[in-house]
Amino acid sequence: MTIRFTEDHEWISLDGDVATVGITTFAQSQLGDVVFVEVPEAGRALTKGKDAAVVESVKAASEVFAPVDGTVVEGNQAVVEDPSLVNSDPQGAGWFFKMTLANPAQLDGLMDQAAYDAFVEGQH
Amino acid sequence: MSSETDSPLLVTPLNALHRELGAKMVPFAGYDMPVQYPLGVLKEHLHTREQAGLFDVSHMGQVILHGDGVVDALEKLVPGELKALKEGRIRYSFFTNDQGGILDDLMIANRGDHLFLVVNAACKVPDIAHLTAGLPGIEVEYLGDDRGLLALQGPVAATVLARFLPEVATMPFMSMVNASLKGIPVTIARSGYTGEDGYEIGIDADRTEDVARLLLAEPEVAAIGLGARDSLRLEAGLCLYGHDIDTTTTPVEAGLTWAISKRRREEGGYPGDAVVRRQLAEGAARYRVGIQPEGRAPAREHTEIQDANGQTVGEVTSGGFGPSANAPVAMGYVTAGNAAAGTPLSLIVRGKALPAKVATLPFVPQRYYRG
Repeated sequence: MTIRFTEDHEWISLDGDVATVGITTFAQSQLGDVVFVEVPEAGRALTKGKDAAVVESVKAASEVFAPVDGTVVEGNQAVVEDPSLVNSDPQGAGWFFKMTLANPAQLDGLMDQAAYDAFVEGQH
Repeated sequence: MSSETDSPLLVTPLNALHRELGAKMVPFAGYDMPVQYPLGVLKEHLHTREQAGLFDVSHMGQVILHGDGVVDALEKLVPGELKALKEGRIRYSFFTNDQGGILDDLMIANRGDHLFLVVNAACKVPDIAHLTAGLPGIEVEYLGDDRGLLALQGPVAATVLARFLPEVATMPFMSMVNASLKGIPVTIARSGYTGEDGYEIGIDADRTEDVARLLLAEPEVAAIGLGARDSLRLEAGLCLYGHDIDTTTTPVEAGLTWAISKRRREEGGYPGDAVVRRQLAEGAARYRVGIQPEGRAPAREHTEIQDANGQTVGEVTSGGFGPSANAPVAMGYVTAGNAAAGTPLSLIVRGKALPAKVATLPFVPQRYYRG
């Protein structure tokens, strides 16, 4: 299983042919209490860097971008029902959607854990 | 809620304390202010509704007006009933322009030998210029950053403050006194911006942190940031200047005519009085209303509002999630024909029309002290 990160603080974890996408622990800590989540429907085509989902805190709305090109397999209804999962378990039960990849090589352009940790360190 | 600026940020007397408490600081109205503490906006909001929250509002403008005829003079700038304002009492009012638009909203207290004003941080420079130009012969004394202001808000605010000053427990809502809190001279007003009972405490800048620490040491009191201050006032149906009211909105459109007495409505004598009088007689073309989205998606400021036929009828001016309402809540302006409670509306959020209704304000009951 490979996990990669974007500069917009999404994570993508590939397991076989299906990748799971969410926002990072750092991202949720910056957002604060998440009160609303909108996830994409199965079958929707996603384009790298374009809107894929929505996450809203008490104060502000943010977009979640597709880390790579592909097609949505499933949106996580659990975070729609209980948006606080994004805060309590952002890189686990708080995932946003699962997708298949149009071009798996795009993952190579994303950051690995060490690179992302250094990137976040630079944000402070 | 942000206010961008290239100049160095001003700081309040509590800046070091905010950092010590782990606040996330943001620029607001030219000041470096705490938007939230480690508790987070949601819990800070709920804590204030359940217990007591302490807010640093030292960025607001505190102004003293001295001089003969100050009451008559200030009535020429605001539509508030000041002649009937008794000593020790406070009134909410607003500066109007010649078109009846609102230049700022403010609190005015009659302190006997002077009037005490609290104006919005972002408006204080133009307000002071407006006062100086509009009140010839009156001394306009801006207390500036020499003076701090704290708000203690919530259902146990009175219990907490009465531990130090028993007499505050029975202070009327919208009254103001001088007091000595552990030897520190303070002014105490029973007022606030959350819909809850509470106080606003004025203190010399060099003692503001001492008072804040005394209050924060009480078990029911938590430090609350600007994020929760905004969601609390929105649920309480209170206007935020620059968003829900501004120079393009009149008091009639904004639903603030309760703040204009019968005498002031009849006599006028403030900027824009003819516009206000005409709108009172004939109705305004649009009104500020509460808006209750039916789903879970918040509708933010500037969200387009449509009627049942898809016609644009207005715009959201404040919107977000109400932690106590446990639902999205909003305010905005709609055309007069769509302003009745229960009117179905659509909110255009990310290109989708989401169903909503005109709601009666406030979203949560106001719990001011009524004796």
